[in-house]
Amino acid sequence: MQLMNLFRSSVGRKLFMACSGLMLAGFVAAHLLGNTTLFAGSAAINAYAEQLHKLGPVLWIFRLGLLGALLVHVTFGIWLTLQNRAAKPMGYAKKAVQSTTLAAETMIYSGLALLAFVVYHLLHFTLRKVGLDPSLFSDAAGQVDVFRMIVLSFKQWPLVLLYTGGLAALFLHLSHGISSTFQTLGACNEQLLPLLRKAGLVAALALLAGYLSIPLLTFFGLVS
Amino acid sequence: MNLTLHVWRQQGPDDKGQLERHQATDVSPDMSFLEMLDEVNEALIKEGREPIVFDHDCREGICGTCSQVINGQPHGPQAETTVCQLHMRQFKDGDEIYIEPWRARAFPVLKDLIVDRTAMDRIVEAGGYVSVSTGGVPDANAILIPKDDADTAMDAAECIGCGACVAACPNGSAMLFVSAKVGQLAKLPQGRPEAASRVCAMTETMLDEGFGNCSNHYECEASCPKGISVKFIAMLNREYLKALPKLKSK
Repeated sequence: MQLMNLFRSSVGRKLFMACSGLMLAGFVAAHLLGNTTLFAGSAAINAYAEQLHKLGPVLWIFRLGLLGALLVHVTFGIWLTLQNRAAKPMGYAKKAVQSTTLAAETMIYSGLALLAFVVYHLLHFTLRKVGLDPSLFSDAAGQVDVFRMIVLSFKQWPLVLLYTGGLAALFLHLSHGISSTFQTLGACNEQLLPLLRKAGLVAALALLAGYLSIPLLTFFGLVS
Repeated sequence: MNLTLHVWRQQGPDDKGQLERHQATDVSPDMSFLEMLDEVNEALIKEGREPIVFDHDCREGICGTCSQVINGQPHGPQAETTVCQLHMRQFKDGDEIYIEPWRARAFPVLKDLIVDRTAMDRIVEAGGYVSVSTGGVPDANAILIPKDDADTAMDAAECIGCGACVAACPNGSAMLFVSAKVGQLAKLPQGRPEAASRVCAMTETMLDEGFGNCSNHYECEASCPKGISVKFIAMLNREYLKALPKLKSK
């Protein structure tokens, strides 16, 4: 079976990581674009949220697809890391790093931190099980005012700090992950690789700046 | 110059092993690193102690036998240079030098600085060849090969199979080695008929032999004494993608 060959080969396993990672990174970019409606005011982001929910089954197909990609990425990430550690049971007494980066060496930790952050983020803004009492930003009919929910949340410094931490993990993960994806998919050569490594870093920085602007601008009263 | 060496000493595969301190005295800057070790060994033999065991053969940088991690870098501090071609002028008087064997699960230490690298031979046996079954000698130039392709194949064929890439890789992966072996044949028409089965067999054998997976640290390229580029890993990945539709079920 073709799928078995994918599992058996080292490159096949990497392809699972790259493809699921690409889907997740695509979502991260799209999610930011959607969230920037916050800066257009209360009506805009509430309308955006309402439109998303109106998609109904389509939204659920997206959500299940993302969940699938997340499961594949996390499972393979942990599995491959354990395998790689087993393949290098002993390091050197004297260490000398030549080419790798902190981001590349800490992918498993930034990844696990990111996973924990995603779980918290879903509990916070999607399921509303943690954080503020939902009655603060819902009307009597239970209709949630998304704008009010975000603004009230990010007026609290512990939450701003927590989101900053989560976004730092995202940045670290993507600064290696983006260019790594192109290399794994074979879309790389001698000239492209240094460019892709820079472009990946710039893209990760852009996403970090974009996402950080939401809690920070809100906290400092520029969104109200 | 005088140097302090911290050398990995290990009696055999089952011994735990440890770093041992040795003094190298009156070292000439014109000596090669291996000649310096030869002198240290001469002194050890005179003292009735066991000499430091290390791999070497051609001593001119082409056989891929010498294999020492010097101060954390496979083949030492000079770029694109094997240990045997590394000269003592790269060091200065009073330096402390750590000498350790290649570290990877797939490369068990046999004694001191010598590791068993036959796992790489078995990867090549799995597919790093072209099958030429029979027939007369083909005419020269009967198969035209574009210059760029021939050059790229030669770049990959520079790999001497020393295993520095594996030693440098934080994951103990042999991806650069495999990609060089796949790449040198993938670029030539003679290598195309078996390209799909080759890439699958070699990457599967790599895992079976206990090497890790590549996670794009690129430490391999930085350590390679022949400067093999990680572009060959991207090429290997492309070859694998091309092979996928052709795979038969096993």
